[in-house]
Amino acid sequence: MAQLLQHLINGLASGTIYALVALGYTMVYGVLKLINFAHGDVMMVGVYMGYATAFALGREARASLLGVAVVFAVAMLGCALFGFLIERFAYRPLREKPRLTALITAIGISFALSYGFQLDIGFLPGASPRAFPEIITPTEWLIIGDRDVVVWNWQVISLLIAVGLMVGLQYLVFGTRFGRAMRAVSWDHRVAALMGIPTDRVIALTFMLSSALAAGAGLLYAIKDTSVSPLMGLYVGLKAFVAAVIGGIGHVPGAVVGALVLGLVEEFVVGYAASTWRDAVAFGFLILVLLVKPGGLFGRVAAEKV
Amino acid sequence: MSEAQVKTLGERRAFEPLLTVDGIKVHYGAIQALRGVSLTVGKGEMVALIGANGAGKTSTLRAVSGMLKASAGRITFSGQDTTALKAHQLVPRGMAHAPEGRGIFPNLSVLENLELGAYLRKDTAQVRADLEKNFGLFPVLKERRSQMAGTLSGGEQQMLAIARALLSRPQLLLLDEPSLGLAPQVTETIFRTLREVNATGVSVLLVEQNAHLALNAAHYGYVLETGEVVMAGAGKALLESAEVRRAYLGE
Ligand SMILES: Nc1ncnc2c1ncn2[C@@H]1O[C@H](COP(=O)(O)OP(=O)(O)OP(=O)(O)O)[C@@H](O)[C@H]1O
Ligand SMILES: [Mg+2]
Repeated sequence: MAQLLQHLINGLASGTIYALVALGYTMVYGVLKLINFAHGDVMMVGVYMGYATAFALGREARASLLGVAVVFAVAMLGCALFGFLIERFAYRPLREKPRLTALITAIGISFALSYGFQLDIGFLPGASPRAFPEIITPTEWLIIGDRDVVVWNWQVISLLIAVGLMVGLQYLVFGTRFGRAMRAVSWDHRVAALMGIPTDRVIALTFMLSSALAAGAGLLYAIKDTSVSPLMGLYVGLKAFVAAVIGGIGHVPGAVVGALVLGLVEEFVVGYAASTWRDAVAFGFLILVLLVKPGGLFGRVAAEKV
Repeated sequence: MSEAQVKTLGERRAFEPLLTVDGIKVHYGAIQALRGVSLTVGKGEMVALIGANGAGKTSTLRAVSGMLKASAGRITFSGQDTTALKAHQLVPRGMAHAPEGRGIFPNLSVLENLELGAYLRKDTAQVRADLEKNFGLFPVLKERRSQMAGTLSGGEQQMLAIARALLSRPQLLLLDEPSLGLAPQVTETIFRTLREVNATGVSVLLVEQNAHLALNAAHYGYVLETGEVVMAGAGKALLESAEVRRAYLGE
């Protein structure tokens, strides 16, 4: 029983991180019908921004509450700018071209980032993973029984940040004028422009938002994993993409549910079977969902070619 | 085609131009949809644009509202050269376009659709009042305001498209085939409302396949054929012309 509870907590903790990344895939897909394969790598760049900031702050400053806030702020804002630049110079010129063109461009950016960051010149970090500095010193937040269940402070913080960001996003999309514009653009950006909506700006802001969320999620992941590497984006990105597809890509609450389910499934596989099975089960689960519901748990099936 | 080759029938009452389209051409890749279209809409006028399938009616409206870029020619709206402006820049200048196929957002509620029509407006109190006014024009929209727009019937969707366009407080309303696929009574309701709206001073450029309906409602009309204006004239005069009757009224 205690073991079950422990797995539940761990699964939710990693599920919420996946959720934040999955929301980025789903939002960009929502407004552009583009699967932004570079999303995970944009996240990785954000994590390195946070990494550099944490080092610049030094051992004392970065472990303070203010220090943590600064690390997150720099990474999220920097990553928003990075996402903006990618949209502006890589995707926007291809807006009216066949969708495949943008998709291949996204894959190209993904590889350029994940392999470019493995170079060891200039500010680039090189191929080997690095230890992520302790910006949140791990302490046990809650212990049940004789260490039957241990909840760590970083799990609680991570959960709070992730849930806070999700609630904020839900409010933005369904409760604000900008969110209404986003949903209009997502249906048909040409008609949205007829309402006076500056569609280019809405799309740019969506990219900035999804990149910022990714950077936040990437930092949480790096804190959990205590490491950062140029290939982390491919790995986390792929998992989050799977989560978004399980939920039904383009569907905001679907991405969250898909990610939580994926996080729990992975955790239970590791806990009760073997960790080597984790990825196989994750993808097997994806296949299963798509066999039963081709549009994902919440998505509707539209006959559409990418 | 030069102006001289456009056959003109009847008298046009004096008007102050609001929209002037001068020799615009539109291409879709290698296909040329408009070969130099010229027309004008006066302040307070209702102007009909009729023509067969593929004549270029929709392309004309799209070029006017900035959805498409004209490859040649000039568009002047409200005294300003708007040829190079994009769709979202024309809305604050007083243009509203209810596009072909109605273009409602089925994933949003009826009320949210209407609010998007007023997207750029900051005068919240006045928007509320306009919303009520439009509910007066189309009471069924008020009943269904919290329903997803995708669940509305075709006629209700068309009403929503018109009401939404009106909520931007346009000087000029561009309408693309409002009668398409609707029962005669519904069409009649919509056209009655259009005349009411026009009577309040909103100019209308109306695209219709139903030439009889359009020319009856409009002060002036243009006949488009394979991307060119071939005939123009007062609504009634066009209705009475043998050529129009033969080609567009099936006589
Ligand atoms: N997106 C497009 N791509 C390629 N060709 C197009 C496109 N839209 C329209 N056309 C072509 O341009 C020409 C004019 O089309 P348009 O839609 O303006 O005609 P229309 O008068 O509105 O016709 P309808 O009464 O059928 O709506 C047609 O030959 C059409 O095939
Ligand atoms: Mg048409």
